[in-house]
This record gives sequence, structure tokens and C-alpha cells, in this order.
Amino acid sequence: MKGLLVANRGEIALRVMRTAKALGYRTIAVYSEADAQSPHVGYADEALCIGPAPVAESYLKAEAILAAAKEAGASLIHPGYGFLSENAAFAEACDKAGLVFVGPPAAAIAVMGDKAVAKRTMVAAGVPSVPGYQGEDQSDQRLIEAAQETGFPVMVKAAAGGGGRGMRLVQSAAELPDAISLARAEAESAFGAGELILEKAIIRPRHVEVQVFADTFGNTIHLGERDCSVQRRHQKIIEESPCPVMTESLREAMGKAAVDAARAVNYTGAGTVEFLLDESGAFYFLEMNTRLQVEHPVTEYVTGLDLVALQLQVAEARPLGLTQEDVTLKGHAIEVRLYAEDPGSGFLPMTGPILAWHEAQGEGTRTDAGINAGGEVSPYYDPMLAKIIAYGASRAEACRKLIAALGDTVLFGTRTNRDFLIDALGRPTFLAGEATTAFIAETWPDESYAPPEPTSADYALAAILQTRHRQQEALQQALGIAPELLDWGSAAPLVSVVQYHQQQVTVTALGDGCYQADVMADSIHICLRQLTPSYAKLTLAGRGLAVHYLCQGDDIHLATPTQTWRLTDSAQASQAPGEEATGAAAVRAPMHGQLLEILVTEGATVAKGEKLAILEAMKMQHEITAEAPGTVARLVATPGSQLAADDLILELTPTE
Amino acid sequence: MPFQSKADPAAESFERNRAEMTALVEQLRALEARAVETSNRRQPTFQKRGQLTPNERLVRLLDPGLPFLRLHSLANYLVEDDNPDTSIPGANVIAGIGFIKGVRCLVWVDDSGVKAGSITRSTSPTVHSLQEVALRQKLPFVHLVESAGADLENFLLESWIDAGKMFRNLARLSAAGIPTIALLHGPSTAGGAYMPGMSDYVIGVKNNGLAALAGAALVRAATGEVVDERQLGGSEMHASTTGLVEYLAEDDAHGIKLTRDLVQRLDWNAKAAAPKRQPWLPPRYPTEQLAGVVPVNYRTPYDVREVLCRLLDDSAFDEFKPRYGAATVCAQARIMGFACGLIGNNGPIDPQGATKAAQFFQLCDQADIPIIFLHNTTGYIVGTESEQAGMIKHGSKMIQAVTNVHVPRIALHLGASYGAGNYGMCGWAYEPDFLFAWPNASTHVMGAEQAARTMSQVAEVAAERRGEAPDQDAIKVQEERIINHFKRQESAFYASGRVLDHGVIDPRDTRKVLGFVLETCLEARQRKVSPNSFGIARM
Repeated sequence: MKGLLVANRGEIALRVMRTAKALGYRTIAVYSEADAQSPHVGYADEALCIGPAPVAESYLKAEAILAAAKEAGASLIHPGYGFLSENAAFAEACDKAGLVFVGPPAAAIAVMGDKAVAKRTMVAAGVPSVPGYQGEDQSDQRLIEAAQETGFPVMVKAAAGGGGRGMRLVQSAAELPDAISLARAEAESAFGAGELILEKAIIRPRHVEVQVFADTFGNTIHLGERDCSVQRRHQKIIEESPCPVMTESLREAMGKAAVDAARAVNYTGAGTVEFLLDESGAFYFLEMNTRLQVEHPVTEYVTGLDLVALQLQVAEARPLGLTQEDVTLKGHAIEVRLYAEDPGSGFLPMTGPILAWHEAQGEGTRTDAGINAGGEVSPYYDPMLAKIIAYGASRAEACRKLIAALGDTVLFGTRTNRDFLIDALGRPTFLAGEATTAFIAETWPDESYAPPEPTSADYALAAILQTRHRQQEALQQALGIAPELLDWGSAAPLVSVVQYHQQQVTVTALGDGCYQADVMADSIHICLRQLTPSYAKLTLAGRGLAVHYLCQGDDIHLATPTQTWRLTDSAQASQAPGEEATGAAAVRAPMHGQLLEILVTEGATVAKGEKLAILEAMKMQHEITAEAPGTVARLVATPGSQLAADDLILELTPTE
Repeated sequence: MPFQSKADPAAESFERNRAEMTALVEQLRALEARAVETSNRRQPTFQKRGQLTPNERLVRLLDPGLPFLRLHSLANYLVEDDNPDTSIPGANVIAGIGFIKGVRCLVWVDDSGVKAGSITRSTSPTVHSLQEVALRQKLPFVHLVESAGADLENFLLESWIDAGKMFRNLARLSAAGIPTIALLHGPSTAGGAYMPGMSDYVIGVKNNGLAALAGAALVRAATGEVVDERQLGGSEMHASTTGLVEYLAEDDAHGIKLTRDLVQRLDWNAKAAAPKRQPWLPPRYPTEQLAGVVPVNYRTPYDVREVLCRLLDDSAFDEFKPRYGAATVCAQARIMGFACGLIGNNGPIDPQGATKAAQFFQLCDQADIPIIFLHNTTGYIVGTESEQAGMIKHGSKMIQAVTNVHVPRIALHLGASYGAGNYGMCGWAYEPDFLFAWPNASTHVMGAEQAARTMSQVAEVAAERRGEAPDQDAIKVQEERIINHFKRQESAFYASGRVLDHGVIDPRDTRKVLGFVLETCLEARQRKVSPNSFGIARM
């Protein structure tokens, strides 16, 4: 059997292997030491370890991957997205090693991989482009001048960048020097090259991209567009096809531009030409992604095509077998990206265990995931965990289905953006198809999204499920109690108490699986209709509801169709002697990462909002600022060291 | 065979019975609530001291959702205060059988919200009963301590003497291999100090837990010494200086957590297997109908089979000798999968009924099957015919058998339980493993009217002998007095107040109570304990 090595991990490795297996390929996975238990390893026909956890020593290490391909006898290498997928040198190396690289020719990657060169090429090919600077002079002075020529606001971008890294929106000249140095540092750390380009910032544009496909016989077509306007930190989180404001003529124009762009670089395989679409209907070339996109499933839904299968077909030098006329778009598909992140604190990436993972089931919904219960979200890799996609005859149907599917998608153990996504999908602006790239910033100005507090119903649900769980635990230790005796007290009805922080919940058993929970001056009636250790179907105040949950020690993780909670019962814990009464003064690492720099010295007086330190995590540089004015009492962590989330960086004595 | 009920739930009499019975149950619940409400009124005081209330302690101590059988909830009712409207039941004790980490335990919580948990006249008998249950059913004995001790304003000599048994029983439990655990939430002084002193394990709560032979007031009265209570007997002092306290807790909740952990550490359920039972079906007739199918007044006859078919698995039973001594019903059946023999009364016990019952008890004993006694009898039948038929002899056989069988014996007062019939049916004096009463039940040497008429007869005969005409007015007054005297005593609430049963239950809970106590008794029979000669001494 012909072997296909997938040089990637997570959901995309699984996605590629699914089609490859269906087409009769022998699938070969590679993995880092941290990923030995990951699902893609178990799914593959064969799996080889290629090095330690850090990406530079494993997934980005071309030699190791080529060696693995040789060892496993692979004929093809699929790079997925990210990692080596847009690395021209790797594509070339595959070629030299006699392996088929499932992707475009190295030359096309090289052109599109350098934003400056790409832009020059596109301008030459007549593809509409954003005004800006993509010159070779990279001095701060030249960049500042160029920015002034372009006009503010301006985007500062890493020439080699992608995925939002090394990208800064600059509103005024004053912010420019800082933005340039941060973007350059990020670019150097993420891509090994510090070159920057400048682009005029188009305000409130939509991000619309066109999927193109070209075979080695000169047939280049497009598969319609995707609207990926909803982004946070310049990373897409909601993508859909078709674009809600698309017209036939616009699609034709954008499709033609995209095909022109591909032809200009002799493109083959799957590629995506990204455009900014402004409110007037004008569009500008942004960049071309020379790989399979994260959001390709929405195109698969509306076209009915398997993009990975087409990629393999082209890679095997067979014709596409499709003309532009053969491609029709039917219905509407929307995808969301499930990230391990905290939308309540500026979408900071999160790491932690995956205690439970449940995928939504149902006609017209699809989950592409690469995680397992019992696994872990490690700090080494991208925090995108899964994609949930819904398809409907209409956009409204797709929206409804996606909200329902997300409500049935559960991850416990690490905070995710699930609840935020559900909130975002239900916003009138989004439902009306009016979301632009400004949607998140306009809906939650200054990253002000704050997760709601649990309601009395949430507390009641948690308390009842936790009480039931404890009952079952106790029952397992008992010697045999007749089921009809459970929840029964011979004098007063059986009562139990759960204490969630300041909220006490009193649960009274009413018999027949029904309970009353008294909390926050509310009395809530809940009847359990179906109960497993992880799932409950119930009626709450007479209304039907299904929830997922997990009890672990004194903790309960609870996912309702809109919210995910983690609550800890302290009914039986003593008020442990308070060791750390000075929490406000402790400045801690918000996440796992490397402390790049401490910007203050002991004894220094700092103002509120002043920068204290820079932490690099998930390849992003995070500024740690003072929450209140004060004096630096003590520096604890040393620059250059790896910090875990909540590790102490320094101590501040607040000024009164 | 499943029994075919003849009762009609739509009948007017059914509805009336139901209304009367539920009214009595409401009275019972109101009395129980009186104690809870009185106690909970002290909540702010407990809170100020950083404490949980006694009722909150109990809730946190027990496993959520596992059954709890309350014992002696009416103890002391009408004992110290004979006003039914003000008497607070419970004897300042909240007790029962419940589960801690899956371990069936006897749990006793001092109700320090009522008269600071001081010892009432009924507290000692209640505690003796609890300790007896723990000993016989091999239940770890867990006591949450906070008591002002003797109520010196009302204390009686006999109460002090009797209280000594509480400590004696702790020593016996310890020697019998039943662990005793005391959690010191608050003071335990004078005699009360032996409560932790005699317990196998003591957990002391910081700041509030206190054990001293004499509290500060008594020390001052006795010696004039002005003392600091914490130095005198605080948990912290006992944990480090005397070694009376094994585990020191930060607060009430933490103390309860330590107690639960301790029970788990006993690994108690490793020493017993779950008693075997057959798969079972619920009764075909709803247990709910026990309120309705039974007339509240014992003078109205009914067929005890109507009760049986609402208690037993699949409503099925086999009758033993149904045609012989027919007024005494003996049946073999199952409750929640456990085999049991049941005896009920469809009238007075006659000589045939008594011999049948005696034989039935012996057969149950031979097969090692628990016996359940459903009391509704005005006693052994009287009259020349039955005396000549050997009622004394046959009744004695029944009493002898009931006394000497070795199987678990569970008694229920459904209605009347009078005279020697009470003895033959395993009344309180016969030390049943458990005895509960329905709220309509009535027990005494005989019925009030019968007692009054008996005394009238005696007076009339005496007058006749003196050759005088009986003073009918005096007799009438005497009858009224006797009737009132008996009436006051024969109610189930009165008897329960005197600790002459384990409690009064809602008839609709009867199947659950029986299932629970059968589990308890049979689990105890399976359990191995490690007795020792002297009990565990604290070193």
C-alpha cells in the first residue's frame, strides 16, 4: 500500500488521514514525545516519534520528518496547515528525497510566503491590492516614513507571517515605534525573519477568501468563497460559506481575481486567496495561503467535495476532473473554532487537562477534533482544539444547528471559548449576516467580554447533580441498600447542603428523582429523567434541559447548552488558615510561558497600567501591566525562565 | 400468591380513613418540626460562635441521598411538660441510623439548640435505646457532642443514677468491638466529660470544643478558683496536653469531615457481606393506600391482609394454617427481597391462634427468617370457654417462643396493642430489634372503657357484698377519671414520649421502614466484629 505521511498533529492530521484511509493509503503519523498519547497517533496505521515536545525539535524539524518518511516507506507527505506547510525549503527537500509533497510547487510557496514579494507579484498580475509598503529597506525610519505616506490607521505585519502573528494595528504615529519593535520580535521568534510590511488598514472590512484548486494540467478553478470576518486577535474564530453579502457578479469577480493570483505563481493543489471586502463592495488582495485551510470544511459542505481527496488527486498528477461550471454552491455552512483560551481575560491561551470531551452528534453537524478525554492541552502547540461545523439549507438553519451543536459540545478541564462562541453566534449582528472584522471589537469593546456569573438555576443544577453523584459514590461503598430506600428519610425529607463559594444550596429530595434546590432566595424544582455519570436529561421548573457534567472530588464541571461552569463544594472543607492574604499585590504569570523581560526594578514606583514584564506564550508576547499604582517590592522570577500559569513574577505594594 | 385486595379506594370510608390518618401524620410532623424550629431559632448564636447548628451538623455528617431512619423523634413528649401545645419532643437529641461514607452508623447529635442540649428526664432512656441498637446491630456509634449537661433546675436523682448507664454502655460497645466516636463541637462537662472520655475516638473542634469534669462555674463554686475555660478543657489543650483529643478540627465542618474520614478508615464494610436477597417486584397495591385502607379507630375491624398486600413484594404471601386459628394471620413473604415471617391480628388471639403463632415463630427461628409482628390486638381472648381451652397455657407458649427465638424481631403497632397480647406479639419489654408505631396506634394493659368498666364492676360487687346499693354517681365519676387516665396514656405519641418504642412513623412509609430495618438486622448478622475484654483504653 502506498504510504502517506502526515507531518502534522491534532485535528488536521486526523482529517487528512480519514480521507487517505478511505482512498486506500497507508497512513503514517509523526508525533513529538508530548503527543505520544494523542488521537492522531492512535488513528494512524503507523506512527513514528520525531523528537521532543518543542516544535523546533519535532514538527518543524524537516530532517526528522524526512527520516521518518524514509523509515516508514512513505511515498507522499501531507503537511496539513501550519508547521512546514508553507515552507518552500521543505517542499523542495521532499522533492529531492523522492517524496511527493501534497501542496503547491516550492516556488509558489516562496512567492506567497513573502508578503512583500507576493504583493508585488499580485500588483503586477492586476489583482487588486491594499496600498502600503513592502520595500526592502527595513529601517525603523523608512517604515515610519512609509506609514505616514500610507496614512493611519496602518497594519504592521511580518512579511513572513500568517495566522495573525507578528501583526499590529497602529492608530497613530506615536504608537508606531513600539509596534514595530514588538512585531519584529514576534516575527523573529515565530518565523525566524524580522521583515515587516505595512498596509493601509481598511476599516470594518469583511475578510472574504476564495478557495482555489489547480491541477498539473493547467486547470485552475475556484470553489467559491468563505467569509472569515469574525476574528479576535486577528485570528479567525467563525467562518462560513457562502459570504452573507455575496452576489453572483462579485463572486465572479473575486473568483477571477483568485484564479489569476494562482495562475500568476503557477499554482497547483489547494490554495486560498484572501481578500478584504469593504463596505462599498471593493476588494483587496491580502495574501494567499498555499495550503489547506483550517476552515476548508465549510467549502466541503457547500460544494459536496472532499478537498483532501482533491489534493491527493492533484499530488498524484491526475487531473481535477472538474470544470468551473461543475462547481455549484448549495446551502450554507458555518464553522467555529474551539480554542483553549479565556475570553474573559483577553482571549489568553489556556493550558490544562482534558477531563472530558464530548462531540455533538447529528445530521448536518461535523466535528473535526484532535483531542481525547485524558489528554492535555499543552503549552507547546496551538490552542485550537477542534472545529465544529454545521450545514443547513439556509444560513438561519445553519446558525441554529451550530448553536445547538455547540451546546452539546463539551470540554471540561481547560477553559475554552465555547460559551463565547455561543454568545457570539446568537448576537443579532451575526444572525443578520452583518458581522465584519470589527464585530468582536464593536460587540465587546476593549476585550470587555465578561463571562456571566452562575444563576440560581445553574447552582441548583450543579448541586443536585453533585448530590446525586455523591449518593452513588456512597452507595458503592455501602453493602446493599434497596433502590426504593434512596432519597428517603423517615422523619423529615432528606436534605443535603452544597456550598459553592458564598452560595449555599440546600437540596431536598422529593422522591421519584425530583429535588428542590434552595439558593439565592430561589426555590428551584428539578426532576432527573435520565442520568449517567456524565449526562443528565431533566426538567428544570417544568422546562426540558440536557446537560453534561463531571464530578471529581469536590468539583463539578457542568455544561448547560450555553454555559460551562466549574464549581467547588466547600461544605466539608475547613476555612484553611489563610496563607496568602496579599493576592492583590502578587503579579503572576497569566499562563504558561517564557518570561522575556522584567521592565521594572525593585523599589520602582509604577503607575496603573504601566508595563511590568513581557511574557512570551503560544508565540505571542503578552505585556503584564500593573493593575493598580504601587511600588515594586520584590522581583521573584528571572527573565528567560519558563513560568507556569500563576507563578509569581514580582510583588507590588499598592499605594494607598 | 399475590393477594386480591377487596378495598375500594373510591369508597367514602377509604377517603375518611385517609383524611383521619393523614391528619395524625401531620400532627406527628408538626411535633417533630417544633423541635427543629426551636433549635434553629438559635442559629444566630451558633453563627456568632462560628458553629453549625445541630441540624446542619447532621446533614453534613450523612451521605447525601442515602436513607436516614430517625429514632425517638418524640422522646420526652409530655414527660417534663404535660402540655401538648408546648411540650418539645426529642429529648434534646437528634438521632437515627444513617450512612457515613457508605457505612451504616448509629448517629446521635446533641440538640444544643434546645435548652443548650441539656439532659432531660428522657434523654438517658433514649440514649440507652440508641446504644442498645448500636450494640445489637453492630453499628459504629457516632456522637456529635455539645451539651450543657444536667439541667440542674429540674434534675432528679434517678436521672443522675440512670445517666451512668450511658457511659457503661460506651464501655460495653468498645469491648464488643463497636467503635465509638465523639466529635466535640462544644462543651461536655461534668458527667458529660466521660462522653469523650469513654469514646474510642475523639475529634475536638478548636475554640468551642470543651471537656472538663467541672466547668468554670462549678470550679468557682467548689474551690473559688477563677479559671480560663480553654485552659481548663479546650480541644487544643486536650489535643496536646492530656491526649484526650485524637484529632483537632478547625471548625464544625472540618470536624465533620474528619469524622467522615475516620469512619471510612474503619473499613467497616470490609467485615461484612451484603445480605443476600432475591430480585423483587414492588407491591401491586400502592403503599400510599395504607392511609385509607386502615380505619384509624382500632374498634373498627379490618382484614390485616389488606395491610400485607401493601407492604410485601409483589403483594404476594403464603398463609400458614389459614383455616386454623383464623383470627391470627401468619404469612411467609418477602420485603425488598428478604424472606420474612409476618404475624397479624384479625381479632383477639385465641388458643388456636396462640399455638399456631408459637409454632410459626419456632419455624421461622429454625429457618433463620426474621419475624415481623403487626400489632392490632385487644389481647388474648377471655371467657370460660377459652380459659378451659387452655388460653393461659397456649398464650404462654407463644410468649415463650417470642422471647427465645434468635432471629431478628421487628414489631409495628398498627392499631391496638393491649394486655398480654402485646407481650405475645413482641412488645417493647420483649426487646424487639425495632419497634415502631403508627400515629393511630394505642397501647396499654387494656382499653380505657374496659378498664373503667372493670373498676365499676369491682365497685358494684364490693357494694353488693356490703349489702349496699352501688353509688352510681361515684362510679360514673370514677369511670370518667379512669377513662381520662387511660386515654391520656394510650396514644402513640404518649408512648413514644416515654421511650416505649423507637418512634412513630407515617403508615405510608411502613414498607420502607421494614426494608431498612431488615437490611440493618441482616447486615449485622453477616458482620464479624472483634470483641475484646475491657474496651479500648485511652493511653
